[in-house]
Amino acid sequence: MGVIDKTRHIPQGQDQNALLGAVTTEMKERGFVLAKADDLFTWARTGSLWPMTFGLACCAVEMIHSYMSRYDLDRFGVIPRPSPRQSDVIIVAGTLTNKMAPAIRKVYDQMAEPRWVISMGSCANGGGYYHYSYSVVRGCDRILPVDIYVPGCPPTAEALVYGILQLQKKIQREGSGRIIRG
Amino acid sequence: MAKNSTKALKELGQYIKKSLGSAIVMKVNIDGKAELVLHANRTKLKELMAFLKDDKQCAFKQLIDICGVDYPERDERFEVVYHLLSLKHNNRIRVRITTGEDIPVETISGIFSVASWFEREAWDMFGIFFDNHPDLRRILTDYGFDGHPLRKDFPLTGFVETKYDEKLKKVVYEPVELMQDFRNFDYTSPWEEMSDMQQSGSKKDTKPQFMGSSE
Repeated sequence: MGVIDKTRHIPQGQDQNALLGAVTTEMKERGFVLAKADDLFTWARTGSLWPMTFGLACCAVEMIHSYMSRYDLDRFGVIPRPSPRQSDVIIVAGTLTNKMAPAIRKVYDQMAEPRWVISMGSCANGGGYYHYSYSVVRGCDRILPVDIYVPGCPPTAEALVYGILQLQKKIQREGSGRIIRG
Repeated sequence: MAKNSTKALKELGQYIKKSLGSAIVMKVNIDGKAELVLHANRTKLKELMAFLKDDKQCAFKQLIDICGVDYPERDERFEVVYHLLSLKHNNRIRVRITTGEDIPVETISGIFSVASWFEREAWDMFGIFFDNHPDLRRILTDYGFDGHPLRKDFPLTGFVETKYDEKLKKVVYEPVELMQDFRNFDYTSPWEEMSDMQQSGSKKDTKPQFMGSSE
């Protein structure tokens, strides 16, 4: 699939069993385990990316597909939240209009750090079909700092899942010392 | 009258014209196969609408839509088009009136309450003013939007665009600055047989034109 990252700290298959076994024996013998705080934080963050629901157009339907049982984002710990206060990531799914721009910025400002942004679909990436329109923002990166761009019109549910996996990778790479942005 | 045939529609049109007189209904047309169109007098619109709604033979109880059309070359540049539906007789009717930029049209929100929002939309998109409207505000465009976007003389990309200002910490408006000019392509292939509609539409630009490039 290409999704499994060889550079990840947790090995796969037989090696994973060996590692988990080692951790269990260590717990039994000493009563504690040692880990890098950085790894622990990123592990926790990647395992519970709660997205702010921000469906604006047809992309939202594909986003819903990826939440539902076929792709089931729940298995990655991705659970849609109705409040920015509880969210880690905002998925901008659809056409962002001038009228909506202040609202989406307000929602983003209300999210607690650390926070991430996924731009989903052509319209959110750069205006897309409505690039020359009088009422559409030519890319939501004019309003928010975007971490992951998911291309497509609309992107498939799989593409969004892939985007979320890419975001997990990014979080692991940058570690817990994420630069807090405005 | 129950049958939706051309003949029945013609009769209905004649009936309406006869009942109200040619001062209110100026012209009755059948567009296409069976589309009854009334060209009406703007000043008598309310009487016409009330008649179409309440008359037993008409019974157009539902207002489906109000839309505007812009003809910049005319003296009265706008047309307002009303679509009505009679569930009772399974009939539809179209009423067209003409108006200008500074000529008000009487609201029909007292007759069809749904007209209130449709008229707001026509006001927003075309700047057609409706007299005695209970709440004539913009309905779709941005707060503080300038201009009426569906007018032919309104530029496609508008005048302003938004971005987040890092210093002011808020979303601000600034004049439009396009990275790539809008390009107009002629998509009709010379290898395919063209329909009449395609031909008449593509007469103006037979070769691809680039707005940015010099001729």
